[in-house]
Amino acid sequence: MTAVRVLVGTQKGGFILTADGSRSRWEVSGPLFGGWEVYHMNGSPAAPERLYASQSTGWFGQLIQRSDDGGATWRPMGNQFSYDGQAGTHQWYDGTPHPWEFARVWHLEPSATDPDFVYAGAEDAALFRSTDGGASWSELPGLRTHDSGPDWQPGAGGMCVHTILIDPSDADRLHVAISAAGVFRSDDAGRTWSPANHGLHSEGIPDASAEVGHCVHRIARHRDLPDVLFMQKHWDVMRSDDRGGTWREISGDLPSDFGFPIALHAHEPETVYVVPITSDSEHYPPEGKLRVYRSRTGGGEWEPLGTGLPQADCYVNVLRDAMAVDSLDDCGIYFGTTGGQVYGSSDAGDTWAPIVRDLPRVLSVEVQTLL
Amino acid sequence: MIRVVLPQHLRTLAGTGRQVQVAVDGPVTQRRVLDALEQEYPVLRGTLRDPTTQRRRPFIRFFACEEDLSHHPPDELLPASVVSGREPLYIVGAMAGG
Repeated sequence: MTAVRVLVGTQKGGFILTADGSRSRWEVSGPLFGGWEVYHMNGSPAAPERLYASQSTGWFGQLIQRSDDGGATWRPMGNQFSYDGQAGTHQWYDGTPHPWEFARVWHLEPSATDPDFVYAGAEDAALFRSTDGGASWSELPGLRTHDSGPDWQPGAGGMCVHTILIDPSDADRLHVAISAAGVFRSDDAGRTWSPANHGLHSEGIPDASAEVGHCVHRIARHRDLPDVLFMQKHWDVMRSDDRGGTWREISGDLPSDFGFPIALHAHEPETVYVVPITSDSEHYPPEGKLRVYRSRTGGGEWEPLGTGLPQADCYVNVLRDAMAVDSLDDCGIYFGTTGGQVYGSSDAGDTWAPIVRDLPRVLSVEVQTLL
Repeated sequence: MIRVVLPQHLRTLAGTGRQVQVAVDGPVTQRRVLDALEQEYPVLRGTLRDPTTQRRRPFIRFFACEEDLSHHPPDELLPASVVSGREPLYIVGAMAGG
């Protein structure tokens, strides 16, 4: 019997939403780690009962929790995230040097094949790796110590590694995205890195087409097209057909090309979802209507999907890690809002319904399809 | 034994009540009490002090005997009534945010 488990990280704890394959009735459990920020929860593709959670607060720092029974019980794992060697400085918002300081883990990305192998993307921007199920962490310093590192600067949410993509055709090939440095790629399992931002244009930086410095909000890849990447940048929705070598804009007829998440249909590699937001200074949907936009052509042409979503007086945001899909035959898509709603669609976005309405501010949504 | 009062989140994390007791060998200082606390409850490592620098986290405060000891040197002796167990050392999360 198939089932879907939606892992929701919020500003005041984690929640797990479960349903059978019909996705018509949902059970909500939580809060896990109540009162703590849960930036991200994610499951191991290799062992779906293995879950990892990033738990933090400004008071007590960072914890990593692990469950081996699908979230029924949890235990704290290693929480020592130390930069390798002298951390140095990056740029602060005003362009002055600022010491590299660990703040939190934004994103956990388990290996597709080894449940004990998991990457962690951190603020201030760095990539860590555990090969023992989260018991210990070591930095892959080649990213942070890239020659451009001293010039990186934070986005509004901090200077964070928020996206980690493992190439499904070759696990040594990695892409990460950093706000506000851009995309970096590695072909040697994270030892060395190079920027992958050619074709991006950002008006908020001194050189709009600079090699680094772009506020990339999220990148996504479909497992069947490993060379193709999609990006929601601060402004602009972008696409690369050569693993990030070059990017071209696919914003097309979107009402706004500002936004945070981007996701792909589980079975249609050219079907893309974004959530347009009014502007960088107005983080809510245009016209107060919450609409997901879908392109079935790999970008350029977009259709609004609002059936079942609030179409008046809606002023929530959808954060970068807060949209995900299941892989059932009728692809389900889910997203969480800063207003605490989690919406789901079991027909690829044609219609929507709230799964839960009154959670704390949703920071992340991940989905596991359990067969 | 040194009595230590923990903030709510750390009680939950460590699975304790409001107050715990720890044994401290030698001079009773902030550092030694925190070392003993982390020894007894390893899950608290990193929650009170930065695990690399061992500095007090900015939003953590130490109170005892109606005094704020947060900025006292970590190797300074704690007040005699804390050492004797008559008064607890309060570990407090700074009042901030919601």
